[in-house]
Amino acid sequence: MDLRFSLAHATDAERSAVDACLGPPTSRWDGGERVGTEESRTASSGHAARARRDLLLPALQAAQRRVGWISEGALTYICERLDVPPAEAYGVATFYSLLSMTPRPRRVLHVCDDIVCQCRGATAMIAELERAAGPPLGHGPHADHVVLDPDAPQWIRSPCLGLCDQAPAALLQVAGETPTDKLFGATTAAELQAVLRGDDRIPERAHPTVPQAGAPTLRLLSRMGVVDPMSLDGYRSTGGYLGLRRAFEIGPTGVIREVLDAKLLGRGGAAFPTGKKWDAVARQPTRPHYLICNADESEPGTFKDRALMEGDPFALVEAMTIAAYATGCAHGYIYIRGEYPLAIERIEHAIGQARLRGLLGEHVMGQEFQFDLEVRRGGGAYICGEETALFNSIEGFRGEPRNKPPFPVDFGLFAKPTVVNNVETLVNVPWIARDGGAAFAAIGTAQSAGTKLFCLCGCIERPGVYEVPFGATLRDLITMAGGVRGGRPLRTVLVGGAAGLFVRPDELDIPLTFEGTRAAQATLGSGVIMAVDDTIDIRALLVRIAAFFRDESCGQCVPCRVGTVRQEEALHRITLRRMRGSVADELALLGEIGLGMKDASICGLGQTAYSAIESAINRLHLFEDAVAP
Amino acid sequence: MTAPAALVQLTPPRRSIELQIDGEAVSAPEGTTIFDACRQRGNVLPTLCYLETLHPVNACRVCVVEVENSRVLVPSCSRKVEAGMVVHTDTPRVRHSRKMVLEFLASSVDLSTTPHVSEWLADYACHPERFGPPAPPAAAGVRDAAHAGHHAAPDPEYAATVHQPTKLDNELYVRDYRKCILCYKCVEACGTDYQNTFAIAVAGRGFDARISTEFSIPLPGSACVYCGNCIAVCPTGALMFSSEHDRRAAGTWDESRQAVVDTICPYCGVGCTLSLHVQDNEIVKVTSPFDVSITRGNLCIKGRFGWQYVQERPGAGSGRGQRNGVPRGAGDQGDGESGRVGKGGGNGRDATSPADSPLGKRAPG
Ligand SMILES: Cc1cc2nc3c(=O)[nH]c(=O)nc-3n(C[C@H](O)[C@H](O)[C@H](O)COP(=O)(O)O)c2cc1C
Ligand code: SF4
Ligand code: SF4
Ligand code: FES
Ligand code: FES
Repeated sequence: MDLRFSLAHATDAERSAVDACLGPPTSRWDGGERVGTEESRTASSGHAARARRDLLLPALQAAQRRVGWISEGALTYICERLDVPPAEAYGVATFYSLLSMTPRPRRVLHVCDDIVCQCRGATAMIAELERAAGPPLGHGPHADHVVLDPDAPQWIRSPCLGLCDQAPAALLQVAGETPTDKLFGATTAAELQAVLRGDDRIPERAHPTVPQAGAPTLRLLSRMGVVDPMSLDGYRSTGGYLGLRRAFEIGPTGVIREVLDAKLLGRGGAAFPTGKKWDAVARQPTRPHYLICNADESEPGTFKDRALMEGDPFALVEAMTIAAYATGCAHGYIYIRGEYPLAIERIEHAIGQARLRGLLGEHVMGQEFQFDLEVRRGGGAYICGEETALFNSIEGFRGEPRNKPPFPVDFGLFAKPTVVNNVETLVNVPWIARDGGAAFAAIGTAQSAGTKLFCLCGCIERPGVYEVPFGATLRDLITMAGGVRGGRPLRTVLVGGAAGLFVRPDELDIPLTFEGTRAAQATLGSGVIMAVDDTIDIRALLVRIAAFFRDESCGQCVPCRVGTVRQEEALHRITLRRMRGSVADELALLGEIGLGMKDASICGLGQTAYSAIESAINRLHLFEDAVAP
Repeated sequence: MTAPAALVQLTPPRRSIELQIDGEAVSAPEGTTIFDACRQRGNVLPTLCYLETLHPVNACRVCVVEVENSRVLVPSCSRKVEAGMVVHTDTPRVRHSRKMVLEFLASSVDLSTTPHVSEWLADYACHPERFGPPAPPAAAGVRDAAHAGHHAAPDPEYAATVHQPTKLDNELYVRDYRKCILCYKCVEACGTDYQNTFAIAVAGRGFDARISTEFSIPLPGSACVYCGNCIAVCPTGALMFSSEHDRRAAGTWDESRQAVVDTICPYCGVGCTLSLHVQDNEIVKVTSPFDVSITRGNLCIKGRFGWQYVQERPGAGSGRGQRNGVPRGAGDQGDGESGRVGKGGGNGRDATSPADSPLGKRAPG
């Protein structure tokens, strides 16, 4: 490939950050110094450089985290190192909201204005912050050509940060030699101003909220708040690695049989049988096979995977080791959303400990089985949670979903057979391997075996992650969480996240099982249960959901790229009472837009972008008063 | 060593697949797309992002059909026929989705030079204006600078559009992204499918996604080699010969007065087929047939643009000076003018102050 590069220089800081990620350049051909005359005549590094295309996003992140944005010089240097066309690298970089191609200060505070935080006072908090600290960093058009003082901190509005158990929430990112990211839960405008001013004494607050901690009935949450998440000994002394030990006894097919017997269904939203997926990959003659843990958790209202990774990281490492053993994978990735600094830190620590003790690496537990794990950090893109978009993201391409078929079990990461599972799905596995599929399926219902995590949030007395056997109803969970905050009347519950549905207070007897929600024309989605009381402006929530989908659409297919815009516009007109025609006309238009998105979009994002709004219209009859003459 | 060429079977015989389309039993060779199976029956479904010579990206979704037992509609341009498939190409569901896709595009993009679209808009009873009057064009550069994950609140008066000024940065072709439906064809032609130049890619996300060079620099500074293969595949006229663009602007473009004459390119030994589009005894653009195996529609800068010498005379040409159409900067590597350097092309690293860079106004990192 003949590439054409800009003459812009990377600064020393940018170069060293990129080199720390990619290793030093070997020759002038990949961005180093000319070392001999031979080199000016022969090019030899092209293939080797291009084979590392998957390091594009990590290298871009390294530059971003070092100086706060990606300059033309930094992009050029990365392109030279990896032999990536600059236009493609630019296309990749501009796909991610946490990367900036225009100058940004080193200290940026991302303040969540998404639905759960709105239920917990974010709107007023942000208004106060804006009065005190000025408007947020201009987004979209305004961002261009504004030369910002790199030392003047800025704040910016953010979609859900996955800290909804402690809403309202914010994420501080400070670029530098040792970049820091800190999440702040239950924050206030005053605190955010102090953080913005540079007060670094305010500690990170992102510990998982597990109100049931210590209860003897817990399976997935049994160690939360009880066992030190940094201690491998603590993990092992509470049953850790017994699952892997038994896996080695029963062999890969034995493990798959147990997972099939357990009737484990994927917890990432699609409810696909995990055993079937594993079996399909295990049988593939093509090698290598890859294993991916999908920890991109970006569905507004969802924080269970964060809690698991922060509170019991070794469980995920063990689970992935068992999964890799069963499906014949030697390499696994954990793709964690970039907004989860503590989860990333704890998982990386757990991987390091496991390597030290021979629980990862060449001979896992002394067996003839090799497996290692790599953490990849997301760049701020909900769509990268879609499994095929996730492959593209890891491979160094834009996080655009691929058309299916072919399916990941045949043609996944690097075009190889790939297992993708959600964090919660995987964390069930050590239990299943240890105690057997039949014991696992002994609780729950016939079609929904085991237990399920729910993210109780919004206007609820005790928000947090709750674990219950499948079969509990919506009412049971809301009761467990102490009911509606302050005993106020319940207006609606959002079940399943922004891609889920609003249900009425008279529908609380819906059993929270895969079959029960399906029968009620709802979905478990990612396990979000967001209670909304009578003080909340539900229309503002709908507008925020519509804005979310408009922002997070990858833009690939027309129904979603334009449909999400038209949907937001119509909702906006209704809420501003600037309708084109009557409210009924606008609702009819919304219905047509929604049906087009649902039927013709490539992926689940476009297909579900209307679902919450549709439920507010048809289930809550939210606009009925407005329709009446 | 091998059997005579005539006896060599290069591809295994293709099995025949039995399926049903619109109630009729159909058999098609394995590997055929639903679109092709329909076309063989004389039913040509609408397409925008599909082109026989490119990998399907199935992004526009105007070709969707209903396949029984499939939860959502499927893109006929890329989905292969399967045994026992039951396909419906004209159900109310299909018609609704096509209508919405067409309305979404027509309300946000200028489709005035997209073939077939006015017929389709009528066929599907589209009313793109129901989303509101089109928003005024964005100022130059605004759409290029949009940051992923954020957008300004919508204006209740208007329907958002991609309208923006035309990019006129070289003498050979214009990029008018108000007409861009983001079909990815130009990116594929410039990249892995043919040219392997990678001058352009999709940047940004969602409605702010756009075709762009790195940092949206002008083409002369980019990797573009002016093969024009992107123009050849663009279905909307967003990418257009300057000669066509200027004549359209002057009101003198008239396809009814044009003849298309095939000839062989005189420049090199490959001998590409050229189709000269001639109006009023002047060559107004050059294409190559997609079904010719030598070019599959592709050319290089010389065959595509280097034809002014045929008709060099006062007053003729593209109307942008008689420079034989060779753009400034094209083919030059590391020239001071564009501020760019080819890989390994001398010691270009040391040159130019930031002010010379196309992004010179940016604060140095
Ligand atoms: C827009 C979109 C976002 C998604 N985000 C996630 C996610 O953050 N985490 C996740 O596990 N699955 C997510 N999924 C589902 C994945 O595509 C995939 O089905 C899942 O990771 C499979 O794991 P499981 O079988 O264990 O559920 C998403 C799907 C879509 C369409
Ligand atoms: S549905 Fe939306 S997110 Fe999914 S591929 Fe289409 S544009 Fe991208
Ligand atoms: S410029 Fe033309 S070919 Fe390229 S994406 Fe837009 S419409 Fe398609
Ligand atoms: S952290 Fe704000 S909505 Fe989730
Ligand atoms: S033509 Fe099939 S999706 Fe565009």
